[in-house]
Amino acid sequence: MGSIFNAQQIVNGLQVGSIYALIALGYTMVYGIVRLINFAHGDFYMIGAYAAYGAFYLFNASLGGKTGIVAFLVLAASMAASGAVALLANKLAYKPLRYKPKLSSLITAIGVSMFLEYFFSALPVIGPSYRSFPEIIPRTDITVGGAIISNYVVIDIAVAAILMVSLTLLVRKSSLGKAMRAVSQDKDAARLMGINVEKIISFTFLIGGAFAGAAGLLAGMTYPRIFPYMGIQPGLKAFIAAVLGGIGNIPGAVLGAYIMGLAETFASAYNSLIGEGISFAILILVLLIRPTGLLGEKTADKI
Amino acid sequence: MKKFAIVLLLAIAATSLSVAQDIKIGGIGPVTGEAATFGVSTKNGMTLAVEEWNAKGGVFGGRKVKLIFEDDKGDPAESATVYTKLIQQDGVVAIVGTVMSKCTLAGAPICQAAGIPMITPASTNEKVTQVGDYIYRACFIDPFQGTVGATFAFKNLNVKSAAAIFDLGNDYTKGLAENFKLTFEKLGGKVVAYEGYPTGVTDFKAQLTKIVAAKPEVLYIPDYYNDVGLIAKQARELGFKGPMVGGDGWDSPDLVKIGGKAVENGYFTNHYSPDDTRPAVQDFVKKYTAKFGQKPDALAAQAYDAMYIMLDAIKRAGSTKGTVIRDALAKTNIDVVSGNIKFDANRNPIKAAVIIEIKDGKQVYKATVKP
Repeated sequence: MGSIFNAQQIVNGLQVGSIYALIALGYTMVYGIVRLINFAHGDFYMIGAYAAYGAFYLFNASLGGKTGIVAFLVLAASMAASGAVALLANKLAYKPLRYKPKLSSLITAIGVSMFLEYFFSALPVIGPSYRSFPEIIPRTDITVGGAIISNYVVIDIAVAAILMVSLTLLVRKSSLGKAMRAVSQDKDAARLMGINVEKIISFTFLIGGAFAGAAGLLAGMTYPRIFPYMGIQPGLKAFIAAVLGGIGNIPGAVLGAYIMGLAETFASAYNSLIGEGISFAILILVLLIRPTGLLGEKTADKI
Repeated sequence: MKKFAIVLLLAIAATSLSVAQDIKIGGIGPVTGEAATFGVSTKNGMTLAVEEWNAKGGVFGGRKVKLIFEDDKGDPAESATVYTKLIQQDGVVAIVGTVMSKCTLAGAPICQAAGIPMITPASTNEKVTQVGDYIYRACFIDPFQGTVGATFAFKNLNVKSAAAIFDLGNDYTKGLAENFKLTFEKLGGKVVAYEGYPTGVTDFKAQLTKIVAAKPEVLYIPDYYNDVGLIAKQARELGFKGPMVGGDGWDSPDLVKIGGKAVENGYFTNHYSPDDTRPAVQDFVKKYTAKFGQKPDALAAQAYDAMYIMLDAIKRAGSTKGTVIRDALAKTNIDVVSGNIKFDANRNPIKAAVIIEIKDGKQVYKATVKP
């Protein structure tokens, strides 16, 4: 049992959880505002990874050596690219169906997801095959209490934490956040109060996409192999994390993501087949026992 | 009726052969299509072998070889057509081909039914030679690499404990891992950790943490290069410093691109290396490069070998009759580019594999290991 429940496995689980958390945040935000499960969200993550890949080679040529600045620019590029694509997806695919039956948007989301995957594989500059992701920041290790922690683990957790805290502050403290909460509660009432609902929705997609982009960069750095279908699996896991935490609830998504990361790691260490299945077992259990998720509020219907 | 037609055609072919004196051999490879580079190398390898035999004065009784090469386009349906064409229309006495297992599996039953001896240079699927007693292969089958990997780790790297990590959803990597474990334990070593992972994951740390905690001296990773790069990287991150061993799935320049420094001190089993210092290999590399303007890859070497094995059998048979050639093939004992070749009861070759080391980001020939 010592090799299953130990400090190293906790670190492993937290690292996986951080990436899930960043993706899950976007899922949960979009769901909270427009009640849409945006299945294309995992693909925004993929776009973030590719944007980071391109940005690194672009900036590294002129700014080679200044690791910190390059890393910051790469992060900005990945967030901008994913945010922009999310914004565009909202404008072109989801907005026309806003007041149509929810199932239409859901199916459209699956369509957007497939479109992005196949379109990116068809683009000659991206292509369907694996690419190796560059080492943006040199990796170093420290050993704490028997666990080896690389700076990548620290970066993954730190970036996830910083973005989560800023998002929570934005939603809780700013007037924009207040507007977002208002739209999430009642679109018509919000509109009567003079809130530009479409603008708030666009903003939500932008932020959600940008977070997925950041997750894409972190994943690319941690698992240096990217390809157009890389978003499917993490997207699904992050969705389960969001449901586990209570979809629509921001702290819930983060909590769910870390629980998922740890559960998967421990289960994989016990037996790989259980490890892969555990996330889905969790999903089924949550839906059976507590459909609103750990921190979710009661709503009339989910999807 | 069909059988009768084949027999009739064969009879006609046989009579015409005795007049023409040339021995017709069919060659097949995917010269166009998804595996085009495989096909071109295969054709080149066979052509070179046939030229050498003809320059030496033919196979037996002064009879030279006429190679009739057909393109199967990497398509099983096309493959069946060209096998039939070679046997019925051209009246070949034996066939060397083809490359992709799915195509070979389409052609092998045709050869078996017609009684035409066949040898595939590169199809690694176990089922190919199970088709029947006329079907041989010149390359080793997948699980065999696990055996060689274990032997190399135990004898050449001199380690006593090993761990293996493999893809649960892929027969290739599972087969290699199973055979590695079997052989390593038979040799007296200990497999301290044996972990699988589901297909398509990118995080192997849960399994690797367990493996590293078991303190193996060597890690066996029999997957394809893109997973191997990630696994190697994460294993090194978790503090594994020992050597890593794998199979021919490592054979790609992308391995080093993804794995970086992590794949250093890595070794993999392969069919052939142009850097092998044995004179047979160097002689082949020189002749091939002079004729075709590029270094021969594994496919070219295997096709060259397969043609040599077939012609050697025909020479020893001293006949172009299928049954006689088949029996001669079974008694093969020949030194070719990839080493000495004999066949086991399942018509798979018993031969050595080469070990290639990843050194400073490059593939370097390390050793030749006999099973």
